[in-house]
Amino acid sequence: MLCDVCKCNDATVFLTQIIEGKMQKVNLCDACSKEKGVQDPTGFALADLLLGIGAAEEIEKGAPSQKCPVCGFTQVDFKKTGRLGWSVCYITFAEGLGSLLKAMHKGTEHVGKVPERAHRAVQLNDRMRKLTENLQKAVQEENYETAASLRDQIKQLEGELTN
Amino acid sequence: MDLASVMSGTGEWLRAEGPHNEIVISSRVRLARNVRNRAFPGWGKKQARLDVLEMIKSRVEELPEMQESFSALMQDLSAIEKQVLVERHLISREHAAKGVGSAVVMNRRQTLSIMINEEDHLRMQSMRSGLQLKQAFKLVDKVDTSLENDLEFAYDPRLGYLTACPTNVGTGMRASAMLHLPGLVLSELINQVVQAVNKIGLAVRGLYGEGTEAMGNLFQISNQTTLGEKEDEIIARLTKVIETIIEKEHDARQVLLQKKSNTLSDQIGRAYGVLTFAHAMSSKEALNLLSIIKLGMDLGAFPEDRRFSIDELFIETQPAHLQKNSQQKLNAEERDHLRAQIVRDRLKLFPKPDISKLAKEAGNGSSPPPENNE
Repeated sequence: MLCDVCKCNDATVFLTQIIEGKMQKVNLCDACSKEKGVQDPTGFALADLLLGIGAAEEIEKGAPSQKCPVCGFTQVDFKKTGRLGWSVCYITFAEGLGSLLKAMHKGTEHVGKVPERAHRAVQLNDRMRKLTENLQKAVQEENYETAASLRDQIKQLEGELTN
Repeated sequence: MDLASVMSGTGEWLRAEGPHNEIVISSRVRLARNVRNRAFPGWGKKQARLDVLEMIKSRVEELPEMQESFSALMQDLSAIEKQVLVERHLISREHAAKGVGSAVVMNRRQTLSIMINEEDHLRMQSMRSGLQLKQAFKLVDKVDTSLENDLEFAYDPRLGYLTACPTNVGTGMRASAMLHLPGLVLSELINQVVQAVNKIGLAVRGLYGEGTEAMGNLFQISNQTTLGEKEDEIIARLTKVIETIIEKEHDARQVLLQKKSNTLSDQIGRAYGVLTFAHAMSSKEALNLLSIIKLGMDLGAFPEDRRFSIDELFIETQPAHLQKNSQQKLNAEERDHLRAQIVRDRLKLFPKPDISKLAKEAGNGSSPPPENNE
């Protein structure tokens, strides 16, 4: 197979990229891959290589010069490695990641397995929402006895949630 | 359990027992998980990785599925040992490059292997012989659920399981099957199939080698996306596509038998001749010739009871497997010589191809009906 760039040497480096959800393959010879910086991870955005051309730019769009406040991960690190620092990076870089994930996956929301713990958290959050609504209602109706009891329940639930 | 006793047995997934085993060598499903509020392995400092390792390893070893298991820190394995595990698909190439802070735990049957601190804190994979993606998922899902009792995984209600690489976020699941497709390769239909499959969000690649070149006519097909689709939906979709490919492969073989039976007989005869008499053989040549013998066996040219000895050679002729029993590292020339010797010894009592059986197969016409994998 010939190199897609120079079209004269045999290809030895094979890239598969996903661009806007479509898979694209690029075959390069040794010389061209070096020239394009494919074999030098610092010179070539590995994020682009792994996630499709434009991935590194995409993440920059959302959060200019943003840095994860806790782990110190930056968009430059993402550009270099195509990997994130820790789970909180998904929030820090949410804006840029959003369109990236959209292009990469079938949907934008998880519909698969939910861990047991998250199930519980969802239930607790639901209860919290109901209690808060009832509390507001009780206060409006000047039903202070109920309100006090609801406040206690909310406090207890807050304790459970932080655990 | 030590590595030697793991390696002395062939992995259960290699035993060609599962459904569609004449074409689907194995099925595997892996899940990626990370512990909440900890840096991913690639970003965390050494101490952070060691902390996560300590937190996870004992819990993995205590799993009921890991009662008889082999467990090792990556720095305690030699380069050859790591490579042997890679060749058996028990660890990834990336994991083999890891040292302090990473580990691997696998069960004796080699149906479950868990990498700690690979790209994610946990990479759990289950392997089965033949087309059994559903069953492989069932096991790894169960393991995931039991680990979740003690470990809190990084999970977001909207994005699902959070992984180091955004390509895995959501289910964190990659389901794949290894397919032997000599019929489609010989009839030059393989590129069409690869392109069609790529278009529907699944990935096909040669198992060994790169790009479209697939040594041993072995291909791996897997899901590309992990977000926005349920695990069982992904598996059902993948299974359906694989069943279609199986049909296409059967069809291609029938056409070859009917229209190119001379070429086919010639290829099988040559493969047998070279494997039986050669004194130096590269791993690529061995895989390609063994693939033809395997095809010959599927078509009736060799007795069925010899199947396992051929399947075993696919693994036994890999570079690290060749060297695991020798004292020092062998150079390429020594390996090629040893490889040819092992193959010759194995084929010494192997019957000659019975080409008349091929013609009989061709007379049958239709391909076997697809089995139901429920």
